[in-house]
Amino acid sequence: MAKVVFTPNIQRHVALPEAEASGRTVRDVLEAVFADHPQARGYVLDDQSGLRKHMTIFVDGRMIRDRARLTDAVNESSTVFVFQALSGG
Amino acid sequence: MVSDTLLVSTRKGLFTVPRRGRQWEIAAVDFLGDNVTIALTDRRDGSRYAALDHGHFGVKLHRAAGNGWEEIAAPVYPPKPEGYEEHDMWGRPLNWSTARIWALAAGGPDEPGVIWCGTLPGGLFRSADRGQSWDMVRSLWDHPKRKQWMGGGADLPGIHSICVDPRNSKRMWVAVSTGGIWFTEDGGASWNLRGEGMRAEYVPPEQTHDPIAQDVHCLAQCRAAPQRMWVQHHNGIFVSSDEGKTFTEVTHVEPSAFGFPVVVHPREPDTAWFVPEIKDEKRIPREGKLVVIRTRNGGKSFDVLTKGLPQSHAYDVVYRHALALDASGERLAFGSTTGGLWVSDDQGDSWTCVTHTLPPVYAVHFA
Repeated sequence: MAKVVFTPNIQRHVALPEAEASGRTVRDVLEAVFADHPQARGYVLDDQSGLRKHMTIFVDGRMIRDRARLTDAVNESSTVFVFQALSGG
Repeated sequence: MVSDTLLVSTRKGLFTVPRRGRQWEIAAVDFLGDNVTIALTDRRDGSRYAALDHGHFGVKLHRAAGNGWEEIAAPVYPPKPEGYEEHDMWGRPLNWSTARIWALAAGGPDEPGVIWCGTLPGGLFRSADRGQSWDMVRSLWDHPKRKQWMGGGADLPGIHSICVDPRNSKRMWVAVSTGGIWFTEDGGASWNLRGEGMRAEYVPPEQTHDPIAQDVHCLAQCRAAPQRMWVQHHNGIFVSSDEGKTFTEVTHVEPSAFGFPVVVHPREPDTAWFVPEIKDEKRIPREGKLVVIRTRNGGKSFDVLTKGLPQSHAYDVVYRHALALDASGERLAFGSTTGGLWVSDDQGDSWTCVTHTLPPVYAVHFA
């Protein structure tokens, strides 16, 4: 199971504790978390289910490349960090 | 009819400002630190709504519940068809995603629970259940001319004004910056572009009078005489006496015909208020004097209202939703980008400063 960690700043709006989720891509893992926390989905993903413009995701220390489809690979021992990008100000 | 409570939406929270005795005081701050773009009190059932822009985390909508607020559904754009590409005026891919809630309006008295919502990048949404769920008005979004809408007040086009006909809830006007005025008489099933007579100096000559090229900053309709509509436009002030089909430019407006908001008296169609700035490339009050202007004769002449307003080194800009008139037509309020909030009990003849230390004010609304 991959570990999924959300920025502390999101917790003010919607509680998203560190979670474990299985899946082969960032999309799989996030959807698994959002199944338990449906209100959180719109805080991370935009209306087209892409990553919000000023959000960023790191998998094992590497920023993901596919922000629209979230196809970057995740393995059982991965850690997925969902953070704000500094570009948002 | 006289309203005793103001909702003030600011860059850093929603302020509730009631009148206590002869004083207006800040009684509550909700969403402190967060960007509140607009708020609405639905007078049919008393519900209050607040739209937030969390930046990183997107646009959210809340409704007052008990002593607090609950997050309700925000408008969500439909999935973009596979392979479909659309670009904004800058050539960048246009994301079908709510970028800002820019207008909230209650439906008619025969449609309890109906709320309309205008957004950037141009989607109009309708809720039939007090914001629990939203449907995009596809007939407008899919209208071939919608792709001619452009950024104006923001990089993206947006719907900022929604006027529901007080005589018939199926009839409605929305105004777009930039994209003119759109009218439906079948509850949003079909739309027509209105606004002949408006003029845009800032486009090539062949488009100057094209209704879709018009940057309407704010559209206001008289409740008792809905055929009368007022427009504060990027290019000046325009008035219509035929439900927005045709407009006449109001000229010789001092100190300026440029500005963002307009409000019209609920029973006197010839009476309207504006807050002028020098002009588009210099958005500050002329000579540092903050004034409100009022016409009582359909735009033939204006009173320049200054009593109680700062008359030196005032650089307040008043955004399109930040001037409000209550249902009685007597009481006005406005807030500014530099954090000032003023109230008048006498149609603008005199003003009282409630505070000048608010965050930048986006919208002022009589609850």
